[in-house]
Amino acid sequence: MSTEAAHTDEAHATTGHYVRIAIILTILTILEVATYYVDIPFALLIPLLLVLAGMKFALVVAYYMHLRYDSKLFSGFFFFGLTIEILLLIALMVLFGIRSG
Amino acid sequence: MATVTDVRTQERVSTGAAIWSWITTIDHKRIGVLYFVTSLIYFLVAGIEALLIRLQLATPDGEILDPDLYNQLFTMHGTAMVFMVAMPMAAAFFNFLIPLMIGARDVAFPRLNAFSYWTFLGGSLLMHSSFLFGQAPDGGWFGYANLTSKEYSPGLSIDFWGLGLLVLGVASVAAALNFIITIINLRAPGMTLMRMPVFVWMTFVTSFLIIFAFPAITAALIFLEFDRLFGTNFYEVAEGGDPMLWQHLFWVFGHPEVYILVLPGFGIASEILPTFSRKPIFGYSAMVFAAVAIGFLGFSVWAHHMFTTGMGTIADAAFAGSTMLIAIPTGIKMFNWVATCFGGRIRLTTPMLFALGFLTTFLIGGLTGPMLAAVPLDLHFQDSYFVVGHFHYVLFGGLILALMGGVYYWYPKITGRMMSEKIGKVHFWLMFMSMNLTFFPMHFVGLDGMPRRVSTYAADMGWEGWNMFISISAFGIGLSVLVFLHNLVVSYKKGEPAGNDPWDARTLEWAIPSPPPEHNFDEIPQVTHRDQVWYDKYGEGHGSAAELSKVDTSVAEHAEEDEEHDVHMPNPSYWPLLVSAGLTIAAAGLLIHILVAIFGVAWTIVAIYAWSLEPASDPPNEH
Amino acid sequence: MSDAALAHEAHEEHPTSTGLNHRKILMWAFLGSECIFFGSLITTYLVYRGKSVVGPYPGEILNIPLTSVSTFVLLMSSLAMVLSLAGFERAAGAGTDEERRRSELKKGRFWLLMTAVLGTGFLGFQVYEFYEFVHHGLGLTTNLFGTTFYVLTGFHGTHVGVGVVWLVSLLVLSYFGKVKPLDVELGGLYWHFVDIVWIIIFTLIYLIPS
Ligand code: HEM
Ligand SMILES: [Cu+2]
Repeated sequence: MSTEAAHTDEAHATTGHYVRIAIILTILTILEVATYYVDIPFALLIPLLLVLAGMKFALVVAYYMHLRYDSKLFSGFFFFGLTIEILLLIALMVLFGIRSG
Repeated sequence: MATVTDVRTQERVSTGAAIWSWITTIDHKRIGVLYFVTSLIYFLVAGIEALLIRLQLATPDGEILDPDLYNQLFTMHGTAMVFMVAMPMAAAFFNFLIPLMIGARDVAFPRLNAFSYWTFLGGSLLMHSSFLFGQAPDGGWFGYANLTSKEYSPGLSIDFWGLGLLVLGVASVAAALNFIITIINLRAPGMTLMRMPVFVWMTFVTSFLIIFAFPAITAALIFLEFDRLFGTNFYEVAEGGDPMLWQHLFWVFGHPEVYILVLPGFGIASEILPTFSRKPIFGYSAMVFAAVAIGFLGFSVWAHHMFTTGMGTIADAAFAGSTMLIAIPTGIKMFNWVATCFGGRIRLTTPMLFALGFLTTFLIGGLTGPMLAAVPLDLHFQDSYFVVGHFHYVLFGGLILALMGGVYYWYPKITGRMMSEKIGKVHFWLMFMSMNLTFFPMHFVGLDGMPRRVSTYAADMGWEGWNMFISISAFGIGLSVLVFLHNLVVSYKKGEPAGNDPWDARTLEWAIPSPPPEHNFDEIPQVTHRDQVWYDKYGEGHGSAAELSKVDTSVAEHAEEDEEHDVHMPNPSYWPLLVSAGLTIAAAGLLIHILVAIFGVAWTIVAIYAWSLEPASDPPNEH
Repeated sequence: MSDAALAHEAHEEHPTSTGLNHRKILMWAFLGSECIFFGSLITTYLVYRGKSVVGPYPGEILNIPLTSVSTFVLLMSSLAMVLSLAGFERAAGAGTDEERRRSELKKGRFWLLMTAVLGTGFLGFQVYEFYEFVHHGLGLTTNLFGTTFYVLTGFHGTHVGVGVVWLVSLLVLSYFGKVKPLDVELGGLYWHFVDIVWIIIFTLIYLIPS
């Protein structure tokens, strides 16, 4: 009954595959850190940093945590929590922004 | 079954062994009973606190309680009713019923389940031990910052509250995780999601709300305790901190919490109404989707508790709007319940009376809700007795009445005996009348301007008439609780034997003996229909003469086969209790001395290791 | 693997309604819940950003180069973690090929150890960072920044610490034949989660200038 084993068919569980992801992650991190040394207009910097972090986040979740190949149920739990939290974060930042603004 | 008789003979052998078997039990049914008895005791404690409050308020310039004690009493009344009565009593039902209703032998993690109970016990005892030191929490059940700061609340009262709640939070989240996985993963063959009883669905949604709402209050409480114990600045205005942060985090948790409280009541009513109307529940899928919608929307309305804090017009309007939106799915549920009864062959048994009482009182509480969500009205109602009236209608009417109905409905399954219908009806009418007479007039004094949380009022305010009336009615509620206790005890000894299915009911738990054997089902049932047991008894057009596919569910016939099905039940364990004890000691240590806290943490770690290395059950090849 | 462990495993593979393992669902549901917990801490940091009434302020004290290194260390520990899991999985799937099983198990253990070592390295950086900050006058109670910063990164660090203990325990148990791939996978999920929380913290707290 267990479909447990099915998700890690050797194809994406190979060392090479994992190392490739790690290389991408490293490059993204270098880009992130580079923004600290290079002058980028503030309005551009924040979206840029958020996109970079989002990509790293997505890579780890999808490949290292296997969510891409695993049951949708697991993604459901995780992204439900994540979505609520992001919405709350935005709402609270806005609400506190109004208060001090 | 060896296991079942084991327990029984042990009980005959000595009380020591019997107590030990309760301490180490990981049987969901026994844990359910533990939850029930404990929460019932807290119900009495918190109820006595409420009556003391009412005694004080019966006359103007009352002198029974001094203001300090008054603060402690309403705080502990509210906190205990929410966290130590409503939630654990609902958990008692979850525990006892969920595995039975989905056709499982236990929950997914039996030892984690025991851990949840013991942690709940530890946290609640920790908080209540404050009474021994005369330092009971006194900051209200929502403990607003910065009244709770060290400066305004010196002493330990708030720490008892904060640390107690943190421990209780661990218990709730652990239990909720357990039920989620049980419901996802332990359904009997054929028990698809859309065949699950509505009660199971409500448990499912409630558990989701718990795991996603509690972390917010956990964070808020951690900030609070850091401020108080280590001098951080989270709610420290002088340092730029903002007490509003507490309010936001608290209500981000707090609003889902009210659904956590009331959805189990919905679930219970949804089981009782169809059984005694002899009709399947009306609009099953609408029922389910409405609950899921309530679960989602519940996270978007928290700031309706904060209209008077000056959030600004746009924010006020947004939260008022989202709150009104919730009225839609709630209304759907109301109509479905009514439609379930409509045209049914109604039997007015005690459980049914309570379910109908739930419907009417919840309706009233549900109508004052949108009134409070209207910002201009709320600006006047805030912190008045109108609010107290409103939430007691939903909590007492929506939850306690439903729970009472649930007790009458499932008592035969749990104990094997019927509760007295005669006493039950006295109980119902007394409780129903008194609660309406108590809480309805609260709306009036509230509109007249009587604030909540004041220990007394002057004679010339014109409130004394209603207050006296309310207090007298409150003692009517107290009396009805005594009637209930009497019924519980008397029926346990003298009640009529119930048989498997005294109500001619629908769900799987009624197909097995009362009380159920330790392993619940000799054979895991096959599910083909939503109201499976009705289907088994009556075939497709149940209620009609069609008994085509009458399947025999009586267990007597399976009895001989029994021996062959060597059912494996997990072993009892005392490690869950020890982990909970370690946690509680760690929390208490923060009140006493940091070394005690460290000791508690070390104890917890050791116990966790022992727990995880202990095999959950004997390997099957032993037999 | 010892007989008892094998029997234990067979016992656990009771059919479930979804075919998914209980413990794995538990872990994911728990992580969903943890999202809200860390989210609340991060939100608190953000709404209090720039509200401190006295210094030191983040811009004066955060050490981006140092933290970049520690971030990288934690990132690499995630790589080590997946490699370890792959080793354990391949060892379990080696069937009768005893030699292959041994060598894969060895790899699994090696990378498990590496994960724990890198995690400990990260904690070392954090201790050093805290030490430096205190030295520069930023204590837990100095201002709002200190309060929110230490509590957020401190709780993250505690999670890393718990993870290290967990992984080391797995490593030790694996010598007694008590560790199945699933055990490693669950520890790994937790570990990666702690890593992604740091990815967010690194961006929101360190990189976005204030
Ligand atoms: C036995 C019947 C009950 C009576 C007579 C009663 C009476 C009261 C009164 C008079 C107050 C207001 C105290 C004040 O503001 O000064 C109060 C507060 C409260 N009650 Fe009850 N109550 C009863 C049952 C319940 C139940 C069943 C629940 C919940 C399940 C509940 C939850 C609360 C809460 C949350 C508060 C707010 C405490 C606070 O202001 O912090 N009560 N109750
Ligand atoms: Cu609300």
